[in-house]
Amino acid sequence: MKYLLKSLLKTIPVLLLITMIVFVLMRLTGDPVSLMLPENATAEERDTLRESLGLNDPLPVQYLAFLGDLVKGDFGDSFRYNMDALDLVLERLPATLELAIASMIVAVIISVPLGILSAIKRNSVLDLFITGGAVVGKAMPNFWLGIMLILFFSVTFQLLPVSGRGTLAHLVLPAITLGTGIAAEMTRLIRSSMLEILGQDFIRTARSKGLRETVVVNQHAFRNALIPVVTIMALQTATLVGGTLITETVFAWPGLGQLLVQAVNLRDMAVVQAATFIIAIFVILSNLSADLIYRLLDPRIKYE
Amino acid sequence: MAQITESVPRSSNKPKSAIGALFRRLLRSRTGMLGLVIVVLVTLIAIFAPLLAAHDPAKTDIMNRLVPPFWLDGGNMSYPLGTDNLGRDVLSRIIYGSRVSLLVGISAVLLAGAIGIVMGLLAGYYGKAWDFIIMRLVDSFLAIPSILFMLIILAVMGPSLMTLILVLGGTSWVVYARMVRSETLSVKERDYVRSAKAIGALDFRIIVKYILPNVISSFIVIATLNVASTIIMEASLSFLGLGIQSPDVSWGLMLSDGREYIATSWWVATFPGLAITITVLGVIFFGDWLRDVLDPKIKD
Repeated sequence: MKYLLKSLLKTIPVLLLITMIVFVLMRLTGDPVSLMLPENATAEERDTLRESLGLNDPLPVQYLAFLGDLVKGDFGDSFRYNMDALDLVLERLPATLELAIASMIVAVIISVPLGILSAIKRNSVLDLFITGGAVVGKAMPNFWLGIMLILFFSVTFQLLPVSGRGTLAHLVLPAITLGTGIAAEMTRLIRSSMLEILGQDFIRTARSKGLRETVVVNQHAFRNALIPVVTIMALQTATLVGGTLITETVFAWPGLGQLLVQAVNLRDMAVVQAATFIIAIFVILSNLSADLIYRLLDPRIKYE
Repeated sequence: MAQITESVPRSSNKPKSAIGALFRRLLRSRTGMLGLVIVVLVTLIAIFAPLLAAHDPAKTDIMNRLVPPFWLDGGNMSYPLGTDNLGRDVLSRIIYGSRVSLLVGISAVLLAGAIGIVMGLLAGYYGKAWDFIIMRLVDSFLAIPSILFMLIILAVMGPSLMTLILVLGGTSWVVYARMVRSETLSVKERDYVRSAKAIGALDFRIIVKYILPNVISSFIVIATLNVASTIIMEASLSFLGLGIQSPDVSWGLMLSDGREYIATSWWVATFPGLAITITVLGVIFFGDWLRDVLDPKIKD
């Protein structure tokens, strides 16, 4: 419990720094006023708007005001959608979570068996194929894989919808696109963590006791390999977030990623800040839970 | 691999034989060799693009739009890989696209490396407040997916080749900073550095003579593999419309054109994607081989 509190406290400066970086970047270089008003707006109109948005205050004052609003969950309104930025972000969140969870399931289904197999059959032809496949998966741009999947499953065979969200069929291609990208990374990590465990003393002991190889792999090695796997999964959250930005654009998936890319293009600062902040909290929390799960699963690690 | 023979003073042809040994090891590694061949090939294509490309990559030709590759009905050898929606030759665009990929990939990595080395040295060598501030910065960069920073910076600065390099370099320095910091911390305490300090050597001299040589091989390995991910990132950002802008040519930009015509003209999106995959694969193979040879310590 004390450890949990300590870790939570540690995330505060990180969060503050993130808000600061986002804030400074957005305010220093972008002028939302010229984007919000028509081109023929007068100088007075611009000044009035600037004043009403608080853009004439010194930067530290603006930042403090921003932080104050942030604590209240008030990021301001999106000028594009004329609604509360946080509401907008939260409205899009379920679609992104749906895609992220589905992709993670795809990634686990692919990478756990393949990673274990290639570790057990180390240096075999099978291992070569699996590790080779993982490298190709890493070299292939995710969005290109998505486009190729659209080409085969939607255009040529017309089995699945090209884009959008709604039925389960809509979810299949985006989830495979994003899932395989993560699976490529996870397979490699699972393989190496499995190899490390297979090389340890207790495995040698189990083998020298005369246990069958399946028992050694299933009961001794796999259980211990699970620990890093869980951590690896949680640590993929950042990759997952980056992946959703692009995958959502390829498949016109109405999630947070698509919203953020649009908002960035329009310099819709309130939405950018709200989205970035929500995503950052999300990533930090999942890293934290990875740490905690790791400690729970492995009793050898003591709470400090 | 610290072999006993290493401690025996070598004859004067040491550098030559070291490079020779490296090359012999490269020949023995099939993937490493394949990687090197691909990297050299792509580099040559990028350098000699004007000689290799049959068409101006930006020239539109509405009469010849969406011509299929030569082996399909309606295709011809004038456009071996077909044309896109504006009648631009896909092959010529892929040839020119290699320039952007390599230019952005390599310059962004050099920038990231430069920032990372300075930050890592400040944190590791000078410690205290420097270390605290820089490590908190590193934590923040690690906590938040770097693509978010990239999107924000690109939007406020407006997309251009220069911005792209700055953004990609400015967000990936963290790995180098961490590597240089930990290496500096361990080297700093060694006796030869302490004695250099004791006889009054300047910080600059200690850093250049004792610390940098210790990080250089790790640096080369990480940087090479970083080029691979940077090439993919450039393509991704260009695909999102935030990177290279038309009429400049980028593989990612070609893919975003191709995405729209995927229902009728598969070749527009297929070939640039292949170009990215093969190039990145080459860099990864070469980088993995470098890691095995130069720095068996680092596992990815």
